[in-house]
Amino acid sequence: MPAVVAERASSVSPWVAAALAWLVPGAGHLLLGRRQKGLIFLAAIPAMFAIGLGLSGRVFPFDFSQPLVALAAVAARGVGAPAFLAGWLDLGRGVVTDASYEYGNAFVIVSGLLNMLVALDAFDVASGRK
Amino acid sequence: MTSHLWLLALFAFFVAVVFASIAHDAPREQAAFGIRIFGGFLLAGLALGWLMYPLPL
Repeated sequence: MPAVVAERASSVSPWVAAALAWLVPGAGHLLLGRRQKGLIFLAAIPAMFAIGLGLSGRVFPFDFSQPLVALAAVAARGVGAPAFLAGWLDLGRGVVTDASYEYGNAFVIVSGLLNMLVALDAFDVASGRK
Repeated sequence: MTSHLWLLALFAFFVAVVFASIAHDAPREQAAFGIRIFGGFLLAGLALGWLMYPLPL
């Protein structure tokens, strides 16, 4: 039996915890009983994403002819449901002429990257590594 | 909201909160680590700003 399985501290599958953490920031930690961390992630990451949209940031489309745009698109989707909600509400189109456009992009992209870290952390917690 | 310093501080705040929450479990350790990261972001940003000041746009 692999050591990771033997040390598993939670009955929740690490893959389920990570997927839920990706889809709804903080939900993976809440499911694992890490209430304080879950609530912090649930508040901070969507707030950062929303501020990015408010600063005229763009949720970039998947355009693989432009590698940097494709990377930014993947990073922004890291925030999970808020990115899909923004697309559904037709937000995140970006206003390139706004002074805060680049700042907004930084907030949108980094909120997604941070949520990817949170999802990895949820995976580790569910695996019993933390 | 176009103040570079204000946006830098806001960005640093969110990143510090998430990093500190991931890295530590105890609230006291989280606060100490978060304040250190937040301060580091601000100082690094200000230092880089001053270093780039003489450079032409």
